[in-house]
Amino acid sequence: MKKVYVNEERCLGCHLCEYYCAFANSGEAEFYKAFKLGRSAVPRIKVEDGNGINFAVQCRHCDNPLCMKNCIAGAISKVDGVVRIDHEKCVGCYTCVLSCPYGCVAVGKDGHSAAKCELCTANGGIPQCVKGCINGAIVFEERGETA
Amino acid sequence: MKFDYVIVGNSAAAAGCIEGIREHDKKGSIAVISDEKYHIYSRPLISYLLKGDVSESRMQYRPADFYKVNGVETLLGKRAVSVDSKTKQVALESGEKVEYGKLLLATGSKPFVPPMDGLDSVQNRFSFMKLDDVKGIEKAVKKGAKVLIIGAGLIGLKAAEALEHYGCEMTVIDLADRILPSILDKQISEIMQRHIEAHGVKFLLNMSAKSFNKNTATLTNGEELQFDILITAVGVRPNTELAESAGGKVERGILTDKKQAVKGVKNIWAAGDCTVSEDITTGTSHIIAIMPNAYAQGLVAGHNMAGASDKFEQAFPMNAIGFFGLHIITAGAYTGDCYEEVDGENVKKLFSCNNKLCGFILMGEKIARAGIYTALIREQTDLTTVDYELLCRTPQLAAFAKEKRLDILSKGGGAA
Repeated sequence: MKKVYVNEERCLGCHLCEYYCAFANSGEAEFYKAFKLGRSAVPRIKVEDGNGINFAVQCRHCDNPLCMKNCIAGAISKVDGVVRIDHEKCVGCYTCVLSCPYGCVAVGKDGHSAAKCELCTANGGIPQCVKGCINGAIVFEERGETA
Repeated sequence: MKFDYVIVGNSAAAAGCIEGIREHDKKGSIAVISDEKYHIYSRPLISYLLKGDVSESRMQYRPADFYKVNGVETLLGKRAVSVDSKTKQVALESGEKVEYGKLLLATGSKPFVPPMDGLDSVQNRFSFMKLDDVKGIEKAVKKGAKVLIIGAGLIGLKAAEALEHYGCEMTVIDLADRILPSILDKQISEIMQRHIEAHGVKFLLNMSAKSFNKNTATLTNGEELQFDILITAVGVRPNTELAESAGGKVERGILTDKKQAVKGVKNIWAAGDCTVSEDITTGTSHIIAIMPNAYAQGLVAGHNMAGASDKFEQAFPMNAIGFFGLHIITAGAYTGDCYEEVDGENVKKLFSCNNKLCGFILMGEKIARAGIYTALIREQTDLTTVDYELLCRTPQLAAFAKEKRLDILSKGGGAA
């Protein structure tokens, strides 16, 4: 299945992908509205700036998703290779934040539910972080992994 | 009645077992026995139900078609009273017998209520572990009711948080000198206590109830306290009776090997809060009553029951929980060298010994990306192979050697 991969040689650490991600998942019609007027949309992709290197990291949609196995609410499932959170069921205990070895589940903006990359399946199917990256540092492609 | 697989219990460990069996055996018959009459639900969500955050249907741990999809027959509302491991039968309270090929004991725990004089005279007395407890409390609670909670642990304080929504006047007493003693150290416990007190909950610590006369408690300092509702949340005890009746080894909890097979008997496995686990952060064996542990053990048991070979070797305590909007994530043991950041309610403490991370306490804004720390414990990572100083400041993958990092980022991670 297609997944999002990062090319750290190309990443400038501009954090643009975080903005595109947060906006795409914010439900707002205009970009600035997701971040201004007292709102702070939460990105589900994280750009790391450590030790002179930069790269973006987001949910790896693991073969063995510990977030899903450990979820106390049964709110996380894997459907067609995509690990998803059912926000109707999530109570925001953050056991998934505790569990994800890659730090890829974020605390939701309302503080009551968790947020993670679902490959923009609810936003038209094209990951907006990839679309918005001007350096080709994030790609959406098939690398022969099993779903 | 006869089934290839029989599971006593209907919570996380049972779900793990069913899913584990079905990975390897699509056809074998499975039965689930539970004294509760409900579809599999999440026990920790009862406080969210009482608070009104979730409905009963939204607290189901697995979808409504879970049993059907997995070909599971349910014997709900039926209590298993004993197991005969020679004839391979579970006896039910109703007198029925259920024959098994392989049996999982996922019997969980029950509330421990210490003997206190006059407790039986108390009206509106509840534990806080099951759906029926919430249904009872919902009927009894009136706006502004006086609530006495005995036990300032996870259960007691989640009950307090839920009851704030009813405008209850709450007093929490505990024999310990601090709240949440099982997951917080004294300093962070005090920060959380102040946070909860700001929401109107009153704490009386180093205190217990000496006796009760109807709905008046006499405390150990002689003070009398009137209440409308009493919630006892002192602790829990594992349900080990079935394992004992079967001839299995029990020391506090049910003893199993790494494959979750019960010691001393054949064809019986056990998982979840009724079992003893070996804690990788302390090297000691104790009951680690947390849902992730229960599910993982159930899954391993299921794999083995279906003929595959699997072991559970990564047990350690971990908790993610919030009270009145302040979240904490903790794991492991709090010993060894401590890296510390305390900034109001935003707190981080990382404990390392012998070049391994053995535990942490995170609170408030510091909980972000906590799982990177958890993985260091789970995988017993040698801290000399990572940039620990960088990790202490901010959990990040950049602190790992390039090879490891690229492995995660390029392949897509197969989380162990």
